[in-house]
Amino acid sequence: MSLAETVNTPRSLNAKLSAQHIHMVFTRDGKSTAVLNDVSLEVGKGEFLCIVGPSGCGKSTLLSTMAGFLSPTGGEVRIDGQVVSGPDPRRIFVFQERGVFPWLTVEGNIEFGLFKLPRAERQRRIAHYVKMVGLGGFEKAYPAELSGGMKQRLEVARALAVNPDMLLLDEPFGALDSITRMIMRGELLRIWEAERNTIIFVTHDIDEAVQLADRVAVMSGRPAKIQQIVDIDIPHPRDISAPRYLELRNGILEQIGLAHKI
Amino acid sequence: MNSLAESGKWEKFFWPVLASAVFLALWHYSVVWTDTKVFPSPLAVEKGIAELSRKGILWAYIGDSLRRVALGFGAAAVVGIPLGLTLGWYPAANQVVNPVMQMLRPISPIAWIPVSIILFGVGDTTAVFLIFLAAFFPIVVACISGVSNVPSIFRRAGRNFGLTAPQLLARVVFPAALPQIIVGLRIALGIAWLVMVAAEMIAVDSGLGYLVIDSRNSGKRYDLVVAAMVMIGVIGLALDLCFRRLRNIKSVRWGFRDES
Repeated sequence: MSLAETVNTPRSLNAKLSAQHIHMVFTRDGKSTAVLNDVSLEVGKGEFLCIVGPSGCGKSTLLSTMAGFLSPTGGEVRIDGQVVSGPDPRRIFVFQERGVFPWLTVEGNIEFGLFKLPRAERQRRIAHYVKMVGLGGFEKAYPAELSGGMKQRLEVARALAVNPDMLLLDEPFGALDSITRMIMRGELLRIWEAERNTIIFVTHDIDEAVQLADRVAVMSGRPAKIQQIVDIDIPHPRDISAPRYLELRNGILEQIGLAHKI
Repeated sequence: MNSLAESGKWEKFFWPVLASAVFLALWHYSVVWTDTKVFPSPLAVEKGIAELSRKGILWAYIGDSLRRVALGFGAAAVVGIPLGLTLGWYPAANQVVNPVMQMLRPISPIAWIPVSIILFGVGDTTAVFLIFLAAFFPIVVACISGVSNVPSIFRRAGRNFGLTAPQLLARVVFPAALPQIIVGLRIALGIAWLVMVAAEMIAVDSGLGYLVIDSRNSGKRYDLVVAAMVMIGVIGLALDLCFRRLRNIKSVRWGFRDES
């Protein structure tokens, strides 16, 4: 598969999200730094896309433009055909667990985005998502009383509760220990299979990307471009010692320029 | 004592009580040994407090002092919190106002006495105004820094869920800044209590500050002077302890994690 093919061929004509020729230049103290250089990407409805790349390459910046927190200095992001001009509850950005509000209980956090709904519906959704992310019994607990993994699940629950059609996750499991991280990946896949939101998941962990995604977009160092988009054609649940898995993973490692051995 | 060992419950009280007893003994014997006729012993002070209490002055004066501090501090909070939140919210406005505020802030409220007497005359209003000034700046400054220290991640999350600017201020920025605002209020109350004494010495004829100066002026009753000082200390401590309890409220507890 040649690079040119994979980068420039739109995956489908009615993409959920399409980023076109995104440029991002930050200017600080009169010095400008190009972070994103002509990034184009399409994400299908209900797709799970991972974006990987070396740290500091602009993955999070790209995700922030998709969320509408930053406007790109060139190009545009369209979601359902409309240009993204600001944040919107239809696409929720999930930070590392630092995004939960420490002054609200588990219930309060999940309820946060539901203020336009009647009380009964709010209660129903709180109960539903507390159960889905396995925080039953902790409804009245404050985030300070929760572990890192629980806070992360709470933030995902808060995001899902507003019924977004898209989740933008920025290295969501980066701060967790490796065992919790493995469990959380399984949980996220379970939730995704139940809800079928479109998920864009930024990570620097190539294994994580190959375990989770339908497709993996590999970004280059700064100023970042999409180097390659890899289809992960392995059905879930994935055997992470299968030859095909290792082949795909090693392919991405090679793309980034890392050797097979340490 | 081994600092790693957890101190028992009785130890928590024993050492402070012992220290207080040593202090009182030192005071008592200093008076006895130096044979001073001016400075009262702890017992004389205790009798002074009893005398004031009997005359009904003590409780009336404590009430007056507390009322003035409540008014001045309350007004400072009512004006200062919204102002500080607004200035923290609009950094551009803060840049405009900041130089003036930084210039006014180091001026002791005591220096305002002549001006406030011109403005409000000699009386309650002047005392309350001075206390207001004392509390106002710490509150405004705490609110500004509280708001500007709110992590951008919280603001982004709030905006992501579709909050309008006023909703964001009420539901994200204010609760996120609240621990710092409470710290500012506590500092402001401490300063207000300090300034109350000076304000009452100058502007009014009741209250604990007035009691200090009046006891000296009318008959050099130093036992009553020190009695008033003791009351000022005890009530100041009690106010601070009440304020400290605020941090135990669950929705602000997270902001005080690192402190004991």
